[in-house]
Amino acid sequence: MPTIVFIHPDNRSESIDAVVGESAMQAATGNGIDEIVAECGGNAMCATCHVYVDENWIGRLAAMGDEENALLDGVATERQPSSRLSCQIKIEQGLDGLVLRLPERQV
Amino acid sequence: MIRPDAEVSGRLTEAPSGAPPIPRVDVDPFSNEFFENPYPAHEALREAGPVVHLDKWNVYAVARYAEVHAVLNDPLTFCSSRGVGLSDFAKEKPWRPPSLILEADPPAHTRTRAVLSRVLSPAVMKQIRDRFVDAAEVKIDRLLAKGSVDAVADLAEAYPLSVFPDAVGLRQEGRDHLLPYAGVVFNAFGPPNELRQTAIERSQPHQAYVQEQCQRHNLAPGGFGACIHARVDAGDITEAEAPMLVRSLLSAGIDTTVNGLGAAIYCLARFPEEWARLRSNPTLARNAFEEAIRFESPVQTFFRTTTKDVDIGGHGVREGEKILMFLGAANRDPRRWADPDRYDITRKTSGHVGFGSGIHMCVGQLVARLEGEAMLAALARKVATIEITGPVKRRYNNTLRGLESLPITLKAA
Ligand code: HEM
Ligand code: FES
Repeated sequence: MPTIVFIHPDNRSESIDAVVGESAMQAATGNGIDEIVAECGGNAMCATCHVYVDENWIGRLAAMGDEENALLDGVATERQPSSRLSCQIKIEQGLDGLVLRLPERQV
Repeated sequence: MIRPDAEVSGRLTEAPSGAPPIPRVDVDPFSNEFFENPYPAHEALREAGPVVHLDKWNVYAVARYAEVHAVLNDPLTFCSSRGVGLSDFAKEKPWRPPSLILEADPPAHTRTRAVLSRVLSPAVMKQIRDRFVDAAEVKIDRLLAKGSVDAVADLAEAYPLSVFPDAVGLRQEGRDHLLPYAGVVFNAFGPPNELRQTAIERSQPHQAYVQEQCQRHNLAPGGFGACIHARVDAGDITEAEAPMLVRSLLSAGIDTTVNGLGAAIYCLARFPEEWARLRSNPTLARNAFEEAIRFESPVQTFFRTTTKDVDIGGHGVREGEKILMFLGAANRDPRRWADPDRYDITRKTSGHVGFGSGIHMCVGQLVARLEGEAMLAALARKVATIEITGPVKRRYNNTLRGLESLPITLKAA
């Protein structure tokens, strides 16, 4: 089970056990990470599952698609080069230790 | 749960040896009796099995969350291009030219969908947000001045009509065709009952209005409609396709939110504890709206057609069969939801199928949520009490669940 580290807006960090094959969004919502709202349920339509990926990890994720890129233009907090939608990050064993920062707001 | 399986044979009682027959349920989900109170029938449908047969309309149906979700997410096996109503476009002429998005499969759907999802994106919502919020506040101030109002006509209908047609860029005249047109569209997904037949018989003037308003020269610059037409210049869609995609917004963009807002107000008026929680924390407005969509499911049903022989929960269903999905029953399935019959404005609603799921999941969901959030936040800040003061009347439609009339009195905070 890969571990994912979520860093809350108040810098508190929380490690959760994710399941290979699920998305980082599903791992978060299934483990009570309330900052991930995921209004569209992971269908890449709402941009309320925004995360900032730790700079040591951003290059190790699969590249984003056009839809995700367009949606990120509408996230509630500032879009940064490290911005991703957590429903589009698929958990693999190689992502053990992935660090994701949670934004202040999703809407 | 649902896997395509070419070997499974048979319909109904001719299931493969050993497999139990598909339960037959004697329910008409398009009858006034059902509309008045669908919940006991929803439960019976869920409990009967993972897939059931409705003898009344000779159609299969799924009502449990897992199966509804699986059908929605397997568009290759369960297609939309043969119509998302009971009528099978492979056998019957559609009552209007089919939608280029709702009634399309990939790859055709992928292209038109990309256009509408950019026109209605989160970034666009940021631009229109202030207008929608201001209009909600103005509306509530006016209703407070009157005191006693009909929450359906004066609020659930009036508010979307005060923001959405402007956002699309429609002309002022003729807007009174919009709700009747949508009423026809959503009745037409149903079976050939009186609701559907009467609606289609009377649809001509509404269809003529809509067709005309979808033309480029009738759409104000900067609106959703003009943005769709601009994609013709970019080469993403043809000149003939653009008006059809504007039509999708006029078909699906108003009556749905009318019934969504109506659902939310009806919930808040019936459950004073939840209203009190919303008042003490108006930032819950958005989730209170979302939970009302789960709880009431203003869009109750859609159909798919099987493209091959499939196995649904151990039962074989043949190619070319219509499958009715009960979104409202899935949204209250106790297998998926704790305390499903409770309206809880802090519930984790993610995953409900009130806006569908998968590739056809509502492309206007952000507009709907913006209207819902703006309206419920304005109510929470300005209104102290919502009291139901007269008979609550239900409106009958083959697809949409909502009210005809909800007399309420609002008291200012
Ligand atoms: C509370 C309000 C709403 C509800 C409950 C709702 C519900 C739904 C549902 C259940 C679907 C899925 C259809 C399917 O799977 O076959 C859908 C699709 C669609 N909705 Fe909505 N809707 C709402 C508001 C809106 C708004 C405001 C718009 C336009 C601005 C809109 C435009 C559409 C369109 C064009 C589709 C077809 C998408 C596709 O096939 O890819 N809807 N809606
Ligand atoms: S959950 Fe909606 S975009 Fe990720």
